[in-house]
Amino acid sequence: MSHDIGIWIAALLTLGIFSFLYKDNPAYKLCEHLFVGVSAGYYVVLTYFSVVRPNLLDPMFHDFFGHRHFLLVIPLALGILLFSRFFPKGDWLSRWPIALILGVYPALRITGFGQGDFVEQIHGTILPLWVHGNLGATIGNWLLVGGLLTTLIFFFFSKEHTGALGGAARIGVYFLMVSFGASYGYTVMARISLLIGRVMFLLHDWLGVLHL
Amino acid sequence: MKREVPLLISIAAGIFVLIGFFVPHPAIRTTYDDIQQWVIIVVAFTYVLGMANLLRINVEQVRRRAKDWPYKAALVAALLITMAVGFSEGTRYLNDGTRFSWIYNTFYSSMSSTMFSLLAFFIASAAFRAFRVRTVEALLLAIAAFILMLGRVPIGNIIHPLLPQAADWLMEIPQNAAKRGILMGAALGVMATGFRIILGIERTYGSESGGG
Amino acid sequence: MSPSLADLRRLDRRWIFLAIGVLVVAPLLTGFHIAPVRPGARAKGFYDAIERVPAGATVLLAGDYDPGTIAENYPMHLAAARQLMSRNIKIIAVELYPGGPPLADRVLRIAGEEFHKRESYDYVNLGFKSGNEVVMSQMGSSIPRTFPADRRGIPVSQIPVMKGVENFSQIALLVSVSAGFPGTKEWVQQVVSRYHVPMIAGVTAVSAPEYYPYLQAGQLQGLLGGMAGAAEYEVLVGHPALATRGMDAQSLAHVFIAFMILLGNIAALPQRSAGKKQGPSA
Repeated sequence: MSHDIGIWIAALLTLGIFSFLYKDNPAYKLCEHLFVGVSAGYYVVLTYFSVVRPNLLDPMFHDFFGHRHFLLVIPLALGILLFSRFFPKGDWLSRWPIALILGVYPALRITGFGQGDFVEQIHGTILPLWVHGNLGATIGNWLLVGGLLTTLIFFFFSKEHTGALGGAARIGVYFLMVSFGASYGYTVMARISLLIGRVMFLLHDWLGVLHL
Repeated sequence: MKREVPLLISIAAGIFVLIGFFVPHPAIRTTYDDIQQWVIIVVAFTYVLGMANLLRINVEQVRRRAKDWPYKAALVAALLITMAVGFSEGTRYLNDGTRFSWIYNTFYSSMSSTMFSLLAFFIASAAFRAFRVRTVEALLLAIAAFILMLGRVPIGNIIHPLLPQAADWLMEIPQNAAKRGILMGAALGVMATGFRIILGIERTYGSESGGG
Repeated sequence: MSPSLADLRRLDRRWIFLAIGVLVVAPLLTGFHIAPVRPGARAKGFYDAIERVPAGATVLLAGDYDPGTIAENYPMHLAAARQLMSRNIKIIAVELYPGGPPLADRVLRIAGEEFHKRESYDYVNLGFKSGNEVVMSQMGSSIPRTFPADRRGIPVSQIPVMKGVENFSQIALLVSVSAGFPGTKEWVQQVVSRYHVPMIAGVTAVSAPEYYPYLQAGQLQGLLGGMAGAAEYEVLVGHPALATRGMDAQSLAHVFIAFMILLGNIAALPQRSAGKKQGPSA
């Protein structure tokens, strides 16, 4: 069993959160609120030492006129303008920094999604539909191409899903169901893994009954 | 001013970032890099804004003695103590053995991982109470889920040697095809929305209801 | 209507919670071992990609996760650091999750001590930067400008392992250990697609299925999915650890959940039959 006070506190907090499984109770509520408070405090400290100081304050105060550092006044001003949200008469000013963010991210995502999730995926789907001497690969390629096309047909809602289109969309649904089932299986794995990790902490770090 | 300036900022930033992707000329790339640096800094300020808002709301609730106010007081105390400890440590705040890293390991890390591990219990309960196979599609989903859940863990090989291979094939062919269809469809949606924002057609942040 | 099936439908979920708890604790406590872990093709791809990196090259190790997914991501992060250091490959670590830097510090310290590597000379943790995809895009222009100092606050110009590293042109491989957003998907979109840096990824199980299209299209050379993937990789690296140890509990829990799905549907059968007999108005 551990003699470290930190491990004991962590273990008690862990059990406090697990107590929610029986029913909601004061111990769980306290842990929940402590977690939110500590997280928020941690994020602010981290943000200051990881971003604000090295990327903004140090360049501005140590070399203001070098490497266009004087332009950093702009993000500093925009960052301060965010806090105008707390003042009803001035809260419209907070739209300026938000507008900067809302302009940059879509632009990055247009090119990122366009290249990574569209063009490259089309490239990956251009597969030989006859692989000489490998029937398995041939069938696999047909399924990959056919599955993609029928899935895309399912998501085409500009025309009613009847006739051949409806039949293709139905096959697309079957492929989608297989993918959802696979996702469900992996989700189960993920959730159980996280519990195993926590149990390992309790048994190994706290109680010392598990040897790794 | 209130609507036009944010719109201009958004359009200008978006177009510059889009052009900067394609044009490597220093005149464009310099501003392209500057804009992205500014966004990194402004996003950092949003973390601080989030903390300030959390503090404001909870201090108000403690002051008014609202429902569960002792927990809110604990939240505020945890936040302020974490920040005070973090800032007092300086740049070595996350080094081994510091009080801030102790807070991280004892409170943040332990509670964060425990919160997520609760999901394992709920997924088990949901598997019993909510997973109903009533249609062909649901049956396909269930079969895929079973193959994945059992094939991806060591016991799958004991149940049947083909189970892990079936799981691999399922992931690489039918699941892959459907996921690719979803990926490409989502990419088209993201690109369309991105162009709408950059061209100023999508203006949710510029609404009169305040603050985007 | 069978009374036992009716009782089953009214089963208090806390019994299910208890059963899951017991099935996870028991194999860990007793050391009960079901079956060995066998590395699959995707884990081998991950391993082989690192094996192909020449000694002395520099690799970017992105640990984009936080304690919420530590059980899945930490073992693969540690195993990757071990394999990289065993091959004398230099590591530049970054994190895009706020909770990530201490975990990366721990991984690099443990692996560094095992393989006698020195911080700043053989590896460095540049720490966290806010901004998600913008950080990745900015690194393509200049890594030192994006990260002017490392996690400890030391200017990167004073860090030997950062000498000559300007952008992705000097990076031989991108290893992404990711819990979701921002993570593998964004690295593929912003870095692989644009700068054609080879990339491998270790991800949480919940997000693994969506990365198979990237694997098949060649955008990823290897993929570890969840704790099972981490366990396979630990076996390949020759250092079975946390993930491998958890696989027996994982196996039992999966069998239990499969059984619960079957049981739930069996318990629901009499209700469905009664519903059909009453006709469409029911």
